[in-house]
Amino acid sequence: MREIQEHPILKLARGKEIWIKFSGTPIRAYENETVAMALYREGIDVFTESSKLHRPRGMFCAIGKCSSCMMRVNGIPNVRTCILPAREGMVIEKQDMYGKLPESIEDFPEPCEIYTDIVIVGAGPAGLSAANILKDFNIRVLLVEQNPKLGGQLIKQTHKFFGSENEMAGTRGFEIANILIQNIKDSNINYKTDSTAFGFYPDSTLAIFQNNQLLKVHSKYFFFATGASEKMIPFAGNDVPGVFGAGAAQTMMNVFGIKPGKDILMVGAGNVGLIVSYQLLQAGINVKAVIEAMPKIGGYFVHAAKLRRFGVPILTGTTIKEVMGTKRVEKAISIGLDEEFKEIEGSEKEWNVDTVCLSTGLMPSVNLLSQAGCTLKYVSSLGGYVPIRNRELRTSRETIYVAGDVSGIEEASTAMVEGKIASLAILEKIGYATGREKEKNIEELQRLREGPFSSKIVESLGEVTYE
Amino acid sequence: MNDWATKGYLEPGEIKTTLPRKELLMKHLIAISECIQEIPCNPCVTVCPLKAITMKDINAIPVIDYEKCNGCGKCVGICPGLALFLIGIKNGKGIITLPYEMLPLPGKGNEVYLLNRKGERLGKGIVMRTVIVNKQTKSSLITVLCENEDDIYHIRNIEIIK
Repeated sequence: MREIQEHPILKLARGKEIWIKFSGTPIRAYENETVAMALYREGIDVFTESSKLHRPRGMFCAIGKCSSCMMRVNGIPNVRTCILPAREGMVIEKQDMYGKLPESIEDFPEPCEIYTDIVIVGAGPAGLSAANILKDFNIRVLLVEQNPKLGGQLIKQTHKFFGSENEMAGTRGFEIANILIQNIKDSNINYKTDSTAFGFYPDSTLAIFQNNQLLKVHSKYFFFATGASEKMIPFAGNDVPGVFGAGAAQTMMNVFGIKPGKDILMVGAGNVGLIVSYQLLQAGINVKAVIEAMPKIGGYFVHAAKLRRFGVPILTGTTIKEVMGTKRVEKAISIGLDEEFKEIEGSEKEWNVDTVCLSTGLMPSVNLLSQAGCTLKYVSSLGGYVPIRNRELRTSRETIYVAGDVSGIEEASTAMVEGKIASLAILEKIGYATGREKEKNIEELQRLREGPFSSKIVESLGEVTYE
Repeated sequence: MNDWATKGYLEPGEIKTTLPRKELLMKHLIAISECIQEIPCNPCVTVCPLKAITMKDINAIPVIDYEKCNGCGKCVGICPGLALFLIGIKNGKGIITLPYEMLPLPGKGNEVYLLNRKGERLGKGIVMRTVIVNKQTKSSLITVLCENEDDIYHIRNIEIIK
């Protein structure tokens, strides 16, 4: 129903057809598809309802970060269906209120203890590049990823990457992911997908669940590359199904070959908003406009130019005021902003859209770092709370390292370099000689951040980096 | 504030670099750049077999030596910002090669709409060549013939005629 039939960049292949049940109705799904994607592809927008006001709820982030798609699966409540692979015969139900655990817990296997030298949480650009360095050394590495596939958000980046040869610039993001992932699969690294790290305990045990089993991970070093989540902004109707994070739209299109909607209003003209809008065009979807509250376009000019030459308007000084719709977005209202960001009366504009995508910033996923007692600092230009670290990405705790968006929102190319630096620092601590590799990467990172676009980032990083 | 930073496109007058001499454009296609912002990116420099594109550092704006460029188009295919184009003049008509990443791809001889930098139709042109360069990594290159020689300064996209 919402399948993308052909795509200019991606080869879309669906797995074997299987059947799941949603509220008693059989629903077609494909192997390698998550439950939420199968439901959405089949035209289901409302997954559950809010617990107090019973307002309809659909997907929002599509990458296992928010709680908007939680449903009851085979009797177990609070399951994030956007990252749960569909299996033949699965029973999916709307959850009542906060959800009750089933009486019998026979579905839960005994907990398992894992001992390792380094555990990497998150297999996105930062975690994968770290693993790609560590794989060549004789140490035990465990790489865990919450999503069904390795690669984090790299797997949905169909645009060519900026940067230099060292970061494989000029290559599309998902191709970079394929290369990094293949290296890991060919190595001795122990990797686990569908594995969510949910707790860091005082005895330094990292708790992970994988297919209803608790894994207790004991490690000498912890490497958190947990990425970020999309920010929600306040406006009337921001919870109506069809309001998605822009990244969610990207996941639907580029990972699962599903159209997020027919007519889109994009909110936010940073790089994410511009890139996703262009990718929506590539999927054959109509982008009515990109609106941006700031007086100028936040993303790279070249991304804006790519979009403008297809006639997509970019309206600066404009924000979203309201989204209307009972079970799905039916209409959106934008409004102009003056120089003090006050709404200009009478400047409302009505958009006939079924989808509103928010690309209004990302927030580092620091929850586990916070539990682990790492010192965090709020720096708005880095996306929110970020860990204090040294230039080798070591946090305030001796054995905990970070890389990528969790340490401050930036680009995939810088995340990859950070992953290399932190893993080389850990190797040196363990006692391996890595030559000048670490210094070389620190210099590369400086080079990437030398431009005017990074001046704010560099200044902010100064506030959280100690010598 | 630069006008292009608000609008998202360049007016012809906002292109600061000098364009190739007309005599050169009449010899063969030549790469031009609309990469006007200092961002950390340099694959065009790395890919050019003639070392015709240079940058002071990775954040600098690319500089093209038009005398060295032979119009091979490798930079157009690799540029992540789709900001490089080839232009030329033949018998008083304009020729443009542009990166294109949409479906369907037009074939040789097809008539297409010619679009300017804000997506407005400025007329029609004929596709002279479509090069599909491993679409997973590179952008396909479409070469169109335009009626007027001046079109090479305005046309930056095409639209399939349905």
